[in-house]
Amino acid sequence: MSGGAKLQVRVAEVVEVNELIKRFRFVARDGSELPAFSGGAHTVVEMDDQGTRRLNPYSLMSDPEDRSGYEISVRRDEAGRGGSLFMHRHVAPGMEMVLSNPVNLFALDNRAKKHLMIAGGIGITPFLAQIAQLTHFGGKFELHYSARSKPLGAYMDRLTAAHPDRVHCYFDELGQQIDLKRVLANQPIGTHLYVCGPKGMIAWVLSTAESLGWPKQALHSEEFLAPGTGLPFQVELAASGKTITVGPTQSLLEAMEASGVDAPYLCRGGACGQCETNVHKCDGTILHRDHWLTPEEQASNQKIMPCVSRFEGKTLVIDR
Amino acid sequence: MTTTLIPVGAPSITSRPVYAPLEPRPASQHLIIADGEGAEAVVALFGKANDRSAMLAAAQVLYTPGPNGTDQSAALEALGVAQLFRAPTIPALLPRLARVLSAAHMGTQFYLAGTEGLIGQAEREVMNTGFPHASVQKEHRGSTVRRVQCVHCKGITENVATDPFKCSHCGLNLFVRDHYSRRMAAFQGVNIDAEDPGQVPESVVRFK
Repeated sequence: MSGGAKLQVRVAEVVEVNELIKRFRFVARDGSELPAFSGGAHTVVEMDDQGTRRLNPYSLMSDPEDRSGYEISVRRDEAGRGGSLFMHRHVAPGMEMVLSNPVNLFALDNRAKKHLMIAGGIGITPFLAQIAQLTHFGGKFELHYSARSKPLGAYMDRLTAAHPDRVHCYFDELGQQIDLKRVLANQPIGTHLYVCGPKGMIAWVLSTAESLGWPKQALHSEEFLAPGTGLPFQVELAASGKTITVGPTQSLLEAMEASGVDAPYLCRGGACGQCETNVHKCDGTILHRDHWLTPEEQASNQKIMPCVSRFEGKTLVIDR
Repeated sequence: MTTTLIPVGAPSITSRPVYAPLEPRPASQHLIIADGEGAEAVVALFGKANDRSAMLAAAQVLYTPGPNGTDQSAALEALGVAQLFRAPTIPALLPRLARVLSAAHMGTQFYLAGTEGLIGQAEREVMNTGFPHASVQKEHRGSTVRRVQCVHCKGITENVATDPFKCSHCGLNLFVRDHYSRRMAAFQGVNIDAEDPGQVPESVVRFK
């Protein structure tokens, strides 16, 4: 089955962290330990939303040493496709759910002598697990965390209490912003940089670092893309001999799954590369929205990432 | 252009390092380590700079003569880099490099040029700071003699020119492989007459 073996879990706890964010704790239904993971890993949460199957990736934020449960934090997105709203409105303690095994696309490079972390908003979650991991091993880190306002700065209190000299907080509504060039210029040789947050922030941090001479191999980022909505479109699946219609709020991957096609996937957010599919024929425009294909591959229209990308035009035939 | 030490068409293995010409990259500091004929690669590097005087002002060069005696210090002195340090040998250069690295910041670019022994040992110092080795630029110039570790006694023999050769530590006859260790900064030497002691192929000069 695509996506690997699943974890059968029960919701142990739901905590309202602030007006936008809820935290969920999952434990194994049979009381056993959950698989080990490393800081930066995510899990794909399966939701049965009144017949619509939703699978959303969320970073694991709990201590990787604690295998009695997994914790995630979910920011409510009113304008999203409904996954976060389902988590906020319908998921309650005691409910049985299904998770994927943890996958890490945002791991710490342990060869680094120091880890510089830059988080924006809900992008703090992978860093919580990474910081717990580094605390066990005695690794050096420095965190710069910006949020819209003090009340929306989830987990700032516990982070600043535990690591007062390593955590720096910024609030948009107070006009505060990280002095990025200065922070980047002051890092000892062998520092690796990690950034997670809104798209614009990630692009700004990475391009600034590269312009200051930071090597690409020392730069790590993670952004999960929601599949994004669009006009409905038709796709011919060459291997399965089916023609399907992708709905306006559905992804191509979800449409394939709904028609009974077992397509490969892992992150479902355009990051991991697992769902990469060859295009046989493209008479129109593929709306590439992934982080996986190179700009050249995207321009060639010979590959598509069905988890996030869409199509506009006459005919699209893919090898699935 | 990519240059390798392997004759055209000869099979090699993936751990065999490859070397490309040095290219200027954006940096707050340019740290350049070279030996012997590597000085020519350093001069060529500055020839490619868009803003030569800015690059010179932010450059530090550590240099030592090559194992064949080539000393091009004069050409480097003529460049006018902000700091130039000349060491008599590689072992004398490495502590200075470690000292420079201890105070270096991200935004530093590394350029290594010269023999594989110099490149490998300098790369190891840089790599040990946690800086990604793939981002260290390396250009081979000059002698092709190898730094080889005997896989049996672990002793390292510098400037190996012939293959096979006698380990300078344990005396075994060693075949010089292309198998390279970044951690050791050395090629691997394996006993060639283990099964039939004394049956040693004639030694030829493979590295000059």
